Amino acid sequence: MAKHVIAPVDELPPGTRKFLTIDDRPIAIFNIKGEFFGLLNRCPHQGAALCEGPLIGLAQSSDPGEIEYTKLGEIIRCPWHGWEFDVRTGQSYCDPRRFRVKTYQAHVEPGTSVVKGPYVAETVKVAVESDYVVVEL
Amino acid sequence: MTSPLPGGVDCDLHPAVAHLTSLLPYLNDYWRDQVTTRGMVDLVSQSYPTRSPISSRPDWRPAKGKPGERLIDMQSQALDPFKVAYGILNPLYGVQMVFSEDMQDAFCRALNDWLAKEWLDKDARLRGSIVIPTQSVEKSVAEIERCAKDPRFVQVLMLVMGDVPLGKRALWPIYATAERLGLPIGIHAGSAYHNPPTSVGWGSYHIEDYVAQAQAFQTQLTSIIVEGVFARHPKLKMVMLESGFTWLAPFVWRLHKFWRGTRMETPWFDRPPMEIVQSNIRFSLQPVDAPPDPVVLNRLFDHMQSDELILFSTDYPHWQFEDEKALPEGLSADLVHKIMIDNPYATYGRLKQTATAA
Amino acid sequence: MNIQVRERPQGASTVVAKTAIADCDIHPARASKTELYPFLAKRWHAHLETYQEHPYQGMLEGPPYPKAQPNAARRDAYPPEGGQQGSSLSFMQKQHLDPNNVVLGVLNPLRTGQGLRNHDLAAAICSAINDWQIEKWTSKDSRLKGSVVVANEDGATAAKEIRKRAGDKNFVQVLLLSRNVEPLGQRRYWPIYEAAEEAGLPIGVHAFGFGGNPITASGWPSYYIEEMVGHSQCQQTALASLVLEGVFERHPKLNMIMVEAGFGWAPSLAWRLDKVWQRLGSEVPHVKRPPSEYIREHIWWTTQPMEDPERRQELFDVIEWIGWDKLLFATDYPHWDFDDPSRVLPPGVSDANREAFYLGNARKVYGLA
Repeated sequence: MAKHVIAPVDELPPGTRKFLTIDDRPIAIFNIKGEFFGLLNRCPHQGAALCEGPLIGLAQSSDPGEIEYTKLGEIIRCPWHGWEFDVRTGQSYCDPRRFRVKTYQAHVEPGTSVVKGPYVAETVKVAVESDYVVVEL
Repeated sequence: MTSPLPGGVDCDLHPAVAHLTSLLPYLNDYWRDQVTTRGMVDLVSQSYPTRSPISSRPDWRPAKGKPGERLIDMQSQALDPFKVAYGILNPLYGVQMVFSEDMQDAFCRALNDWLAKEWLDKDARLRGSIVIPTQSVEKSVAEIERCAKDPRFVQVLMLVMGDVPLGKRALWPIYATAERLGLPIGIHAGSAYHNPPTSVGWGSYHIEDYVAQAQAFQTQLTSIIVEGVFARHPKLKMVMLESGFTWLAPFVWRLHKFWRGTRMETPWFDRPPMEIVQSNIRFSLQPVDAPPDPVVLNRLFDHMQSDELILFSTDYPHWQFEDEKALPEGLSADLVHKIMIDNPYATYGRLKQTATAA
Repeated sequence: MNIQVRERPQGASTVVAKTAIADCDIHPARASKTELYPFLAKRWHAHLETYQEHPYQGMLEGPPYPKAQPNAARRDAYPPEGGQQGSSLSFMQKQHLDPNNVVLGVLNPLRTGQGLRNHDLAAAICSAINDWQIEKWTSKDSRLKGSVVVANEDGATAAKEIRKRAGDKNFVQVLLLSRNVEPLGQRRYWPIYEAAEEAGLPIGVHAFGFGGNPITASGWPSYYIEEMVGHSQCQQTALASLVLEGVFERHPKLNMIMVEAGFGWAPSLAWRLDKVWQRLGSEVPHVKRPPSEYIREHIWWTTQPMEDPERRQELFDVIEWIGWDKLLFATDYPHWDFDDPSRVLPPGVSDANREAFYLGNARKVYGLA
């Protein structure tokens, strides 16, 4: 793992992002409310430039018509098919429960759901050292 | 021939109202007089013209009167030959076409009372669906509660082509009531004709309207799923009646694909649609829109990924099969047992209760 | 319990990416509101600026069901010089035609005069769009072919436009939409079929349009996803109408392509039509043969949005029932739900079927074999 200095912290204020290539890998660094996160700029679905998408919040609902909207600015929508990924963790929300393929005779099991999707965007380790944003790759 | 098993449930039978005047004994004085003084005529829906070949198999068509009008015919032509333990009656009398909510309510009450008195009372195998006045959600709820006191009513009946998509929240008090009372919602082929009978306008022909029923079931299934009916009412079951089912798997694939990109629009839709179908949706057997090829049929069942979805039906007296060949060729004995017995009993909770009139 | 999580290969195979393909559904757009003016009579300039358009739905700006992405398009498809996605030939070449090795691209302009209540305006805009396709697109890149756009609710005028363009090698098909005032088999549209058959042009029936009818047979649904899924049902109904009105019986040389509504619905619909025709055929004596035969002979489907089951074999079952010779690859570029050519077809397809799917079928049906 090597450390790559990206930019002074001032150049990446909260709500902004920076695109770069390190060792042929397209990467984007995000400043989410003062914290830095990195993602590989490639959607695990069909390879789109994921990090060029808009940032929104996470819409969830415990009852139709009611929307709990959290994580504002932390969810990125892929510019192609609009799949949602958590910038902090790369976790997708496009397919909230893990799809279980039933065998011909089995039953659907009720119970608590795994609320995350089966796709995960690749994250990149980012740190701040002496007022510089540093990526470890 | 795939033989039927005795002791099953026929989930789609159509008793016919001979004429609007048959309901007169069940109307109050005011409505009785309205019918006669205004010269109101029979409520026959264009969905099933009386003499259309689909409306009756030729050997089930009586010399006089409407097909399905006489209990004795239904017994000898459907209930007895298939040796069913129960038959669920879904009247297709055209009450949904009425625009006035008061009139519709009067006719629905009369129809439900007629069903209890002239059918359920006369053959212990028979069970009924509650026909509701869809012009008023409030009155529909009241009618469900009224009829549900009679344990022989096992389902609430709606049409697939109504005034609004079935997932719309304005209708949910109906679903809440049905869920609370343990009644599935049966959605049957047919139109109220308050909207064009296809999603692209008015076609020319009866055959076109009939084909279009399948597409209507598809859009309704989308509506029910994406609006989150089962997120709010997880115990509710909906049964697609005379819908066809061979379209189901590709339909679900398409819905699933779009769901992934538009999830944020309907975040309460939070389970894969195939899961929702498997937990809350069922389909009656007729019609089987597939070639008479066991290989193809079994592939179609594989695609559906569940043997719990199909409920036996004859669709009597509609013409969907010949002789006693209600069950397609090539079904395993296990699957026949599920279709005829297990699945209907699992869907209609009231079948297991003792049935005495209220 | 058997749990399967669908996996995708990380990188696209370069071999597949270089395969020459036909893209049978590309959406060219105008870069500005006035881009069409050179092709449109002056009286319509002022008309449009004053009265705008008069579609069969209420909204003058934007669609009744808001899209999933702005302009329903990929966010990375904005041309660097400005303008809407799909409005720049050079960017389309750079982003799509060149890297995806598109050797045949069929243009299906949307936002044309189709679906407008002012029929004179509709005819004028459609004709202008056809001129614009030549000037901006097909004359500048020979891989691209246009669709003759016609005032679809006015059969006679539409037929005139088709006859005007007949024989012009810039065009490979006539374009209609799936949602119209009436189902497509109705006789108000018959002049279009006559003219198209005469001109030797197939007709592409593209999802969308508004004809003033609720988009389901039970009224208007709430959500955009319902509209998108619903194109499948609208296309099925339009096709049923065409078959049951005897359009193919009367026009045995006419071919049609179902565009952007998927194809998974086709086997069940064909089986249902056959079954019901056996029962109710006496109502429609002009339908002389089983409906599935007309479908088999006259209908093709573009692939996008491609059905995507977890178990690939199920998709192959459906394609077997339709026929590998009936599918025409399409990306729907630049729309958001676009299918990437290097990703969309699962492994396990024979070379012959792959070639047919990606190019061979399209060349045949568009007369470019």
